[in-house]
Amino acid sequence: MAVSVDEAVSTGPARDHTPPARRVGGRGRSVLEIALLTVLAVVMLFPVLWMIETSIKENRDVYAIPAEFFGFKVTMDHFKDVFVASGGGRSALSVSFLNSVVVAGASTVLATTLGVPAAWAYSRFAVKAKKDQLFFILSTRFMPPVVVVIPIFLMYRQVGLIDSKLGLILIYAAYNLPFTIWMMKGFVDEVPAEYEDAAMLDGYTRLQAFWRFTLPLLVPGIAATAVFALIFSWNEFVFAIFLTSSDNVRTAPPAIAGLIGGTTVDWGLVAAASVVFALPVLVFAYLVRKHLVAGVTLGAVRR
Amino acid sequence: MGTVAVHGLCKSFGKVQALDGVTLDVPDGSFFVVLGPSGAGKTTTLRAIAGLEKLDAGSVHLDGRDATGDPPAARDLAMVFQSYALYPRHTVYENIASPLRARRCSSSEIAAAVEQMSSLLHIERLLRRRPAQLSGGEMQRVALARALVRRPRAFLMDEPLTNLDLKLRVEMRTELTRIHRSLGATFVYVTNDQVEALSMADQVAILKEGKVQQVGTPTEVYERPANQWVAGFVGSPPISLLACHAEGDRLVGTEGWTLPRPRWTTAEDGRPLLLGLRAEDLSVEQRGNASLSGELYGLEPLGDRTVVDVRVGTEILKVKARPTVTGTPGERLLVTVDLERAHLFDAGTGVSLSGAGR
Repeated sequence: MAVSVDEAVSTGPARDHTPPARRVGGRGRSVLEIALLTVLAVVMLFPVLWMIETSIKENRDVYAIPAEFFGFKVTMDHFKDVFVASGGGRSALSVSFLNSVVVAGASTVLATTLGVPAAWAYSRFAVKAKKDQLFFILSTRFMPPVVVVIPIFLMYRQVGLIDSKLGLILIYAAYNLPFTIWMMKGFVDEVPAEYEDAAMLDGYTRLQAFWRFTLPLLVPGIAATAVFALIFSWNEFVFAIFLTSSDNVRTAPPAIAGLIGGTTVDWGLVAAASVVFALPVLVFAYLVRKHLVAGVTLGAVRR
Repeated sequence: MGTVAVHGLCKSFGKVQALDGVTLDVPDGSFFVVLGPSGAGKTTTLRAIAGLEKLDAGSVHLDGRDATGDPPAARDLAMVFQSYALYPRHTVYENIASPLRARRCSSSEIAAAVEQMSSLLHIERLLRRRPAQLSGGEMQRVALARALVRRPRAFLMDEPLTNLDLKLRVEMRTELTRIHRSLGATFVYVTNDQVEALSMADQVAILKEGKVQQVGTPTEVYERPANQWVAGFVGSPPISLLACHAEGDRLVGTEGWTLPRPRWTTAEDGRPLLLGLRAEDLSVEQRGNASLSGELYGLEPLGDRTVVDVRVGTEILKVKARPTVTGTPGERLLVTVDLERAHLFDAGTGVSLSGAGR
């Protein structure tokens, strides 16, 4: 909606049945807001648009100067190349996508199954030095992965977890656990403990009370937390590139990065692989968006 | 059987001592009310009985057996929470059925029991709804039904009527008393409302700052308060307290008044005392041999009666009078005192000195 600033300002004092200050500020700001959001949207979405365009252009159109935004010949060859090797059979990229699914999925499940009961325990029980413990748990998230990657590399080499999917699953789960505990604790705090008290007096054990009465109420929070954990695991690059080397273990981010380099870069393939890589998280977030919004606001807003 | 006994309960939350040696003995089949202001430790006491609170010290005996370490499920108790704590995802039917489901009753047994409870509490038409679709009074009935659906050792009720409006509260008071009488079960009932306590209880325990002040029948705690605090807490309008001391056969007020010394008191001369006078034991309309002079401070018409505030020196006496009483502030008044029904407390310790001679 286009509203000129003049019009927005002039309507203000004339109508006094609504607070004029809010009217001027509201209308005037919305023009500015729309302008800024448009700029922001263009800046943020242009690379995505370019990526999608590149993925469906033929290679000579990719290098065309000036670049063509419309009217180029559409091809799906790059997407075929993502999944099918040049000599037939599965491509290395498709294997890495599968690895990403396994690693991200398993690490998210692991972090959630460990994190939710931990969050419940921190929320419900009088744990000694609870605040210190929670701070310690959070502090493991303070440093970037690259700080610890060398020691972890050495440890993994000792125990034979180098270049294995299990190794990545474990490190991602460990990295997601603090976040899961913190976020889930907020959600558990929101569920009155009295439901569990009532259930225990009904004759259930504490764990049954948690399982039957509290856990169902935590589903939106679990969904929101799991999506964040999944996105982290899915996108993670540093651990993946240091701790894996073979094509049948490597996840998608280092595999896509590996396409760039050498004498020529097949930008169409890079773009197509990136599109395929970006899709699952988008679809997943879209499917759980109701839980995501409910979850994020539920945790943030005090009643 | 359904006796509940707690001994020397102690519990602190951080620096706050919630329970400080609470000892109570609830006889089988009694309606036992724990009364106290907020923060007195009433709810903590109830939660300790239920096994929801880990104690610092003390023991809980159920039917004479030590149950201190037992989990709530093993105690065979039912509880109504102040917030009702109805399971939000479950229908009313499932909420009421929950205690039976936990005990793996057959679905025909459950259906019969839920039906019986819902007709007892008039909630048949609510069974398919969820708690969010209920009014406060309906939620309260469902919470009650969930507790009553089985026959536990005792029922614990944590201010179950506090969140209801006045009319509903009065109604439910009668209903609870009726249910108690028909079941003959043990009720431990926590409230901060003295009217609830006095009207429903067989036995009242009065709690203040985690300590039991007095246990007795409603009449006992009203007529013979163990200390100045109980006297002030129970009764509405609150008891009037006047500083004084005994001098021979007289009581001499700090404000200069004198009254004949009640023959029942054992207090020695000169000891600082507080004379406790309830509004109904004072009169501005009748004449007697013991009276205090003061001036009219204000009138509080309450419909069935009027409370007359009379200023004696710097202290205010609350006097119950007929609703027709009139007067203008500042007017001199003579307040007749029924000394046989008055109370004396030690001004230092607050302990009652009324003695056994009454």
